[in-house]
Amino acid sequence: MSLLEIKDLHAGFEGTDIVKGVSLTVNAGEVHAIMGPNGSGKSTLAKVLAGHPSYVVSKGSITYNGNDLLEMDAEERALAGVFLGFQYPVEIPGVNNAEFLRMAYNAKLVKQGEEEVDPLDFDGILDEKMKLVGMDRKYKDRFLNEGFSGGEKKKNEILQMAVLGPKLSVLDETDSGLDIDALKVVAQGVNKLNNKDNALILITHYQRLLNYIEPDFVHVFSGGTIIKSGGKELAHELEAQGYDWVTAPAK
Amino acid sequence: MTNETNSKTASVDEVLDKGEYKYGFTTLIEADTLPKGLNEDVIRAISLKKKEPQFMLDFRLKAYRKWLTMKEPAWPNVRYPKIDFQDISYYSAPKPKKKLESLDEVDPELLRTFEKLGIPLDEQKRLSNVAVDAVFDSVSVATTHKKKLMEVGIIFCPISEALQEYPELVEEYLGTVVPIGDNYYAALNSAVFTDGSFVYIPPDTISPMELSTYFRINTEETGQFERTLIICAENSYVSYLEGCTAPQFDTNQLHAAVVELVTLDNAEIKYSTVQNWYAGDPETGKGGIYNFVTKRGKCAGDNSKISWTQVETGSAITWKYPSCILQGDNTQGEFYSVALTNGHMQADTGTKMIHIGKNTKSSIISKGISADHSSNSYRGLVKVNKGATNARNYTQCDSMLVGDQCSAHTFPYIETANNSVQLEHEASTSKISEEQLFYFEQRGISRENAITAVINGFCKEVFKQLPMEFAVEAQKLLTLKLENSVG
Repeated sequence: MSLLEIKDLHAGFEGTDIVKGVSLTVNAGEVHAIMGPNGSGKSTLAKVLAGHPSYVVSKGSITYNGNDLLEMDAEERALAGVFLGFQYPVEIPGVNNAEFLRMAYNAKLVKQGEEEVDPLDFDGILDEKMKLVGMDRKYKDRFLNEGFSGGEKKKNEILQMAVLGPKLSVLDETDSGLDIDALKVVAQGVNKLNNKDNALILITHYQRLLNYIEPDFVHVFSGGTIIKSGGKELAHELEAQGYDWVTAPAK
Repeated sequence: MTNETNSKTASVDEVLDKGEYKYGFTTLIEADTLPKGLNEDVIRAISLKKKEPQFMLDFRLKAYRKWLTMKEPAWPNVRYPKIDFQDISYYSAPKPKKKLESLDEVDPELLRTFEKLGIPLDEQKRLSNVAVDAVFDSVSVATTHKKKLMEVGIIFCPISEALQEYPELVEEYLGTVVPIGDNYYAALNSAVFTDGSFVYIPPDTISPMELSTYFRINTEETGQFERTLIICAENSYVSYLEGCTAPQFDTNQLHAAVVELVTLDNAEIKYSTVQNWYAGDPETGKGGIYNFVTKRGKCAGDNSKISWTQVETGSAITWKYPSCILQGDNTQGEFYSVALTNGHMQADTGTKMIHIGKNTKSSIISKGISADHSSNSYRGLVKVNKGATNARNYTQCDSMLVGDQCSAHTFPYIETANNSVQLEHEASTSKISEEQLFYFEQRGISRENAITAVINGFCKEVFKQLPMEFAVEAQKLLTLKLENSVG
């Protein structure tokens, strides 16, 4: 059984579909890269997978781990192991970063029928994960994303991914806003989290992230659909020739 | 907008012009409940029924005569229909609440609220007036506490009792902080109040426990015109808690309380309130309580301090400005407030800090949360008199909007007659957005917990001023109120 199976998905805001007929199968242990020009529907797909209430699915189906994903609300999807690394993580003043992470971690433990961890034990877990993604410990006590630089916000997303250990991670433009050193650190962190039981969908505009996280499949998105799929070499061709190379014949 | 409410005073005059009350004075004295309406006979009857000393009757009559010349304030940012002051009965003998046999007899909706607030079972019983077993009997708890307080010389009793037992103390301080003619509702309260709390902390005494209205009002309905007077003598300290987080239903629509605090040299009073009165029908706002309160403290002695903390979550209309008169040198006033409005609630609340003594300090932290169709206004005055050299004030006013049908307003006033003052004012407005809640949910955190986290973060500085248990309940209360408002 595939971890994720998207069939003929049409989705967008009320009345306007942005994703227009996407089919994609993702198995555990795989890394998929979704590339494409801005406005091609990549981020919409990510939001739809995570269950954002503003997006409406007009047609198609998504099966996750044998269950109808579209029947689950955002919280249920998260607890079932679906993680979205946001392109623009929202700032939440007044809420302590470490406390937020502990809430999320405990929600997962409770779902699994385990006991919650107290702040002291969690601190140890958090330290280890922060090291993994190369994040300064001072960010523990900051308010969630408030005043973080673009790069720190993205690192914080990966930190959350590391803490929660999801089954399916969708990283939406995680590379944007990162300088090359930060990109390497984040990529190394993501690579350490990859294993045969989980899967990763990387949404990116640029090929450079794929130098550090090697995809098994590359899909090119344009006009709300996948217009070309291939192996990792496809990313190199795109880098060399630009999106016009694949989008032109489609027009 | 509220101008129509002013015309009411005319009809009061009309009634007076009739010269006599249609019920005989003797009948008034004998009645358990006075008939509706207000005139001097009614006031004399109240005073006589309560066997008050002469000064108290004079105080009431003076207040009443003053009230007749006053008009209802039209400046608050609230709207409500005219109040007919002749349609209110100003005295009824304290009625015991109906005793219930078990929690099965309590309104299930109320029980659900208790459960969500995490109020322990025995406490639930006490609040809903269910008979409790001997160990938890609130009366015995109150008695034990009273004994303990008496041992250190602290007086904590109904003000009607204080008028019998300690008339000279009441006479010395009553009306010294909120003069009878201070404002329309304070004047009315001064004329007709029937009960409230009286606290006297003798010199060099730290109260061994937090004093709470819990101990006092347990078997009786809450009064409509409450009067509270707290005096903290030299080098003493008391923390006083008013109200509770459980929803309070009441048949009286108008509540006009007056609270006066006095600190002498080096004394400190900390006064905390959690108010959750019935706010009316969430759709129409009908039936909610009008909470028109005058709360004021006077730091009369040098180096003394008064701190107000309030969590206001109920009432259809709240009109309330707990204030500090910083009269002594080196005195400090504090105001910490969380005011939440939802449904069709309207709140116009804030504080006044009046700097008179030298080196006086005040700080104001106000957090307003508005949801649904409600309106939430902060109104605050910082006044520095000529002699108040080196006065300092810090004001922080934050508003949070939930949804897009509500409003938040800030009306800060500053008057200073001294150029050695330092004043700081910070203000912010934020929103709980759907994007924030989605972020929590995407991490597997429930919407309810998400709202709690955001609200607690927003109100942190105020909640930490509350006694621990109160703070936890207050946090839950806010979440409960907002659950249906976000998204």
